[in-house]
Amino acid sequence: MDSLIELKNCGVTRNQKWLVRGVSLKVSQGQIVTLIGPNGSGKSTTAKMALGILKPDEGSNSIKDNIKISYVPQKISIDWSLPLRVLDFMNLIEKHKISEITDALNMTGIKHLIYRDVRNLSGGEFQRLLMSRAIVKKPNFLVLDEPVQGVDYPGEIALYKTIQEIVKNINCGILLISHNLHVVMSQTDHVICLNGHVCCSGVPKSIVKEPEYIKLFGKNIDPTLAFYQHEHDHEHLPDGSVDHSH
Amino acid sequence: MPMFDDFIFRAFAAGIGLALITGPLGCFIVWRRLSYFGDTIAHSALLGVVIAYALNFNLIISVFAVSCFIALSLLFLQRKTSLPDDALLGLLAHSVLAIGLVLLGILSFIRIDLMGLLFGDILSVNVTDLMFVWIGGSIVLVVLILIWRPLFAGTVNLELAKAEGLNPDLANAIFTVLIASVIAISIKIVGILLITGLLIIPAAASRNLSSTPIQMAIISSIIGVACVFLGLQSSMIWNSPSGPTILAIALGVFILTLLPLKKLLISKKKNRIK
Repeated sequence: MDSLIELKNCGVTRNQKWLVRGVSLKVSQGQIVTLIGPNGSGKSTTAKMALGILKPDEGSNSIKDNIKISYVPQKISIDWSLPLRVLDFMNLIEKHKISEITDALNMTGIKHLIYRDVRNLSGGEFQRLLMSRAIVKKPNFLVLDEPVQGVDYPGEIALYKTIQEIVKNINCGILLISHNLHVVMSQTDHVICLNGHVCCSGVPKSIVKEPEYIKLFGKNIDPTLAFYQHEHDHEHLPDGSVDHSH
Repeated sequence: MPMFDDFIFRAFAAGIGLALITGPLGCFIVWRRLSYFGDTIAHSALLGVVIAYALNFNLIISVFAVSCFIALSLLFLQRKTSLPDDALLGLLAHSVLAIGLVLLGILSFIRIDLMGLLFGDILSVNVTDLMFVWIGGSIVLVVLILIWRPLFAGTVNLELAKAEGLNPDLANAIFTVLIASVIAISIKIVGILLITGLLIIPAAASRNLSSTPIQMAIISSIIGVACVFLGLQSSMIWNSPSGPTILAIALGVFILTLLPLKKLLISKKKNRIK
């Protein structure tokens, strides 16, 4: 299957410093790729290369022709001077039918807010709005930059379930960014751990089967989440250098 | 047509035409926090005026050319230096104003009505000016409607707009040219010191009354037209300069919109029910 987007050995440099280097990744239709890593590890930079808004200074990024791309950025602040309702925000990039909009809002459970002013939404409601806006045009490739931030734990599970539904319904490729280093969506096909470069990558283990986790959280843990086992062959020192000695 | 011979008719036609364009453009200036940018372009207009007089060239075209040049210089400086935007704007605004004044001093044969330039001299609007306002203004409005979506999406979030296939950078560059043209056609009507006011105050007043972006742009135009109409009437009665009078009225309208009119109406209804 050919990929929707592909990064080959990509790197971005600013002020003689590499923000991120040597990243290769592929996202195909119906596939979920999760990027994890600590703050400042270059996750958002990598996502921007995948979206084509940032040109890599090294390596190449290729995006399949004529695909519809949707983006949920990490942060959006709406200026007070801008009167903007949920409905207007849904039509930001292109105009959609009202039935499509209500369907997309319904999927994240905020249909009742359609005529509300965007700046009066709570953090979680706004996050859901960003998600609804991204799926209303049925994209081929969807980039979600920390979509669950500011959402409480039950909300997080609900949002992940929505993402699963999206994959099922519109069969798009998803690049998901998360700052949670150990727990990812169980449907993730591929996990890439980033810290200035790719530290390790692999497939998540099902959380439900992990005896350590069951001991810790009991058997009621939600099957939406999965555990990711890191396999690093190096260590990051406080001065930013990398130690390969073990 | 005989009505074009009447300088009062020309004044009203020019002022109302201008206010129709400054409404939506002013909204974008408020949303994008560009008021200082408008000021910079307007200050540099003096240089355009001096060049027009020195070369005996059309005033509006000359000011438009200089304004575009300043806007492009700003884009260039933003890329070449790491100074913050407001410092760059201050640098450009005052240095270009200074160059204009120096040239004005050197070319002593030029006689410019400086007060008229700074504060507007709407009664001196001729038929050519009027054509620039209405034809140029219509072009500005049509172009703004054409670039509305990428410009607006880029105003909300630049990266989102870029990622999803719009070209907000091109829309921004075109928008800059639109502002330069509006400032060029507005000189005789409100003057270079006050044009930013006509861009911002109706938009700000409209913000208090509207709940969607398009509503805000339309109400802003309506408020602008009302201010120009009332302002010109008053300036004729009081024999005051046109530009400042229009803006003083606009401030009055803005204060009116701050009053909680909606709440007053609703509470009255509630009282009646009781």
